[in-house]
Amino acid sequence: MEKNELVIGGMRRFAELAVRLGTSTKTNDRLEALEEYFTEAEDADKVWMIALFSGRRPKRTVNTTQLWEWCREVTGLPGWLFEESYHTVGDLAETIALLLPEAGVFEGAGESLAYYLLALARLGREDEGVKKAFVQQCWASMNRDERFVFNKLITGGFRIGISQQTVVNALARSAGVDASVVAHRISGDWDPASTAYSALLSGEGGGSDLSRPYPFYLAYALEEELPALGVTADWQAEWKWDGIRGQLIRRGESMFVWSRGEELMTEKFPEYQAFKDLLPVGSVLDGEIIGMGGGLPFAVLPFAALQTRIGRKNVTKKNLSEVPVGFIAYDLLEFEGEDWRGRPLAERRRQLEAVVTAAAHPLLQLSPVIAFDDWMELAEARTGARERGSEGLMLKRKDSMYQVGRKRGDWWKWKIDPLVIDAVLVYAQKGHGRRSNLYTDYTFAVRSGEQLVTFTKAYSGLTDKELAEVDAFVKKNSLEKFGPVRTVKPELVFEIAFEGIAASARHKSGVALRFPRINRWRKDKGPAEIDTLEALKKMLEVYGK
Amino acid sequence: MPLIEFTDKGLYCARGLFYIDPWQPVDKAVITHAHSDHARPGSGGYLCHRLTVPLLELRLAPPPGSVMGVEWGETIVMNGVKVSLHPAGHVIGSSQVRVEYQGEVWVVSGDYKTENDGISGAFEAIRCHVFITESTFGLPIYNWKPQPAIFRAVGDWVAENQARDKTSVLIAYSLGKAQRLLLGLAPVAPEIFVHGAIWNVHQALVNAGVELPAVQRVTPDLPREWFKGKVVIAPSSAEGSPWMRRFNPYAVGVCSGWMQVRGNVRRRNADAGFAMSDHADWKGLLGAIEATGAEKVFVTHGFQATLSRYLNERGIEAAEVKTEYGEDEEGGELSDAGDGGVARTDVDAGEEAVDDGKE
Repeated sequence: MEKNELVIGGMRRFAELAVRLGTSTKTNDRLEALEEYFTEAEDADKVWMIALFSGRRPKRTVNTTQLWEWCREVTGLPGWLFEESYHTVGDLAETIALLLPEAGVFEGAGESLAYYLLALARLGREDEGVKKAFVQQCWASMNRDERFVFNKLITGGFRIGISQQTVVNALARSAGVDASVVAHRISGDWDPASTAYSALLSGEGGGSDLSRPYPFYLAYALEEELPALGVTADWQAEWKWDGIRGQLIRRGESMFVWSRGEELMTEKFPEYQAFKDLLPVGSVLDGEIIGMGGGLPFAVLPFAALQTRIGRKNVTKKNLSEVPVGFIAYDLLEFEGEDWRGRPLAERRRQLEAVVTAAAHPLLQLSPVIAFDDWMELAEARTGARERGSEGLMLKRKDSMYQVGRKRGDWWKWKIDPLVIDAVLVYAQKGHGRRSNLYTDYTFAVRSGEQLVTFTKAYSGLTDKELAEVDAFVKKNSLEKFGPVRTVKPELVFEIAFEGIAASARHKSGVALRFPRINRWRKDKGPAEIDTLEALKKMLEVYGK
Repeated sequence: MPLIEFTDKGLYCARGLFYIDPWQPVDKAVITHAHSDHARPGSGGYLCHRLTVPLLELRLAPPPGSVMGVEWGETIVMNGVKVSLHPAGHVIGSSQVRVEYQGEVWVVSGDYKTENDGISGAFEAIRCHVFITESTFGLPIYNWKPQPAIFRAVGDWVAENQARDKTSVLIAYSLGKAQRLLLGLAPVAPEIFVHGAIWNVHQALVNAGVELPAVQRVTPDLPREWFKGKVVIAPSSAEGSPWMRRFNPYAVGVCSGWMQVRGNVRRRNADAGFAMSDHADWKGLLGAIEATGAEKVFVTHGFQATLSRYLNERGIEAAEVKTEYGEDEEGGELSDAGDGGVARTDVDAGEEAVDDGKE
């Protein structure tokens, strides 16, 4: 085969990996592909690969508008046709890869992944002409898959359907190190440009060890009836908070905050710096970052309020006083510099209580433990969750260790039933990724007198078969076309489920929903039977404060 | 009165008193090819290419003597209107319809592709005043690799599966791509199994004198070991159905122009996608339209708005036309997701979950 005769360049190898991962349908195939990659690729490329798949994206030095323009220049296509293509493909990097003329000879294929990433980083200091020349020359020397990957590297957004856990497992297998150890070593703040593969895997990564978080332990949704969990005394119940999962890290002279998305968010929450002198050196707390109001011991602000804090670059005094951000602590992962994850939850909890109580800061709170004697009592407690600003319960086995990633058995989340409302489909747009070229992104409306008022978009909840059905309906019943959006005859009724509701000046309806999705298709209902705007406003009154 | 009108029954030539690919029963129908969105049952008489005759008989069960076959280039006069068929390169027997009256020439493309696939006859551009073209893949993102390159990719994939003792199940339309695949795979895969739907088409064509590689029909009595490492060709209705279980372990490769876009491969949950189509790609459409020299172009099924706007901007007068073509029997290349296959449960669905930054 042709493959074996050529020396495969790093970029081509990486592109082949991306293609394999993108199409394989089984976790084992993905593992195998990754393992092969980790065996064959050069070390510098492996480090970059790990960085990319664990969300460490290089800074953007070329923006999407520039890519767009440079591709148009090469292809000579009119702008509207480019856009039309983009809406059908649903991915800019791929659209460009498909539109560029296929190169005859791939001369540049010998370069490594690291070469391109470093070259792109250096472009930050260059003027537009140099950037353009570099990108267009790269395109000309690459095949379609390489171009796709190259464009993805530029635009960021590298998501091709593998979890970080899969990468960790493959890495662990090929390096012969335990997966939880690997997960810990590749987390935290390190720079792929200056970190050697061996150093990274041996835990001597060039980055600052001080800020390195532990991989989060995630719960599955409760699958069985409560009694199946066994004796109530074995379990600890807490409220499930609707904020951002985070880790507070107090080490050396510093205080860091990591989000579950492995983003260092220290700067966004200056109030946490006050904990620095209150927490013992060498402690790591797991908990929820949350907008915190007054009251005893604390009140939780709606997620929408917290969002106003995350969204901005510079936090003003006004922001700080309007939405103070607190931390609800529920686990202790490190104490006095020692990894406590292997100890049972009961022991970690006792020490956590001691640490938080000693700190005694109004913005640092313990996640309350819910007292209950039998499962019925707990089920009852759950019905009051929404009023507390919580989205349900967490159940944790008292002797559970703190594990890595999403695991069944010891931790469960038991969310409250969502709020629901019946609405009619009014706009549709083509989707992205595996929904490319299908009308799958919908806007829904409720009734207000004779009018229909749009109030939410929803993208998930339908099966592939239902999506195909709706897609066919949209194609046959389009009233108007606004760019990529089609106005659809208001006929199809869906039950929309959501977790919360807040007032919003940005939306015509005056409300913003939390996690809206399609619960089911109400084929039994016609557009005359949908809910009203008044019904939504009522929900806002009850749950939206 | 235009020579061909767009009516609610289909394309109609009032002067010649016949329809072309009507979607409702009519008196006289000229048929471009045997796919079910172009050839529908119930009409009084059918005129089509000689090799489309056995296919119409297989699929429409028309009354004896109601189907008339002609050769490409042979002229039939219908009520003073000259009608002739010309190769469209889409599938075996597929033809464009040339209609001439008092020096005015219209051509209806049906479905077509411009690359010669070696079995469907090479597409011939016919000079005309008005050209009615399809637009299934009327976007510049659709640019096919040449057939030999695609066959190489399919062959490599089959070899890889063989090395892992897996059966290679290729999903392809029973009329058209299935025969094309046979041609490409016969040299590398000595034994090829086919689904009953493909077997029926194969037999009809072989009986009509078309030379095709030998195939073996998949029947319940065949021992499962026979399929190990072999190639199976099946229509998309079989994808994900219990019928497939007998091939375990197997890998699924979908052959369709829609596989050009990665998201579609993932949506189909296929192990591999091969962008192989019996329709013209963007360049093919533009080249064919230009070669007809037509002053006016009507664009049917596909990306008709896009293609006609582009043609107008390039100085070729074009308009879009709504038809009922484009929904093939096997789910239709147009409404790609609607293939009747049962959705497979995605065991790895969890990996695709959107990370919302919290539990």
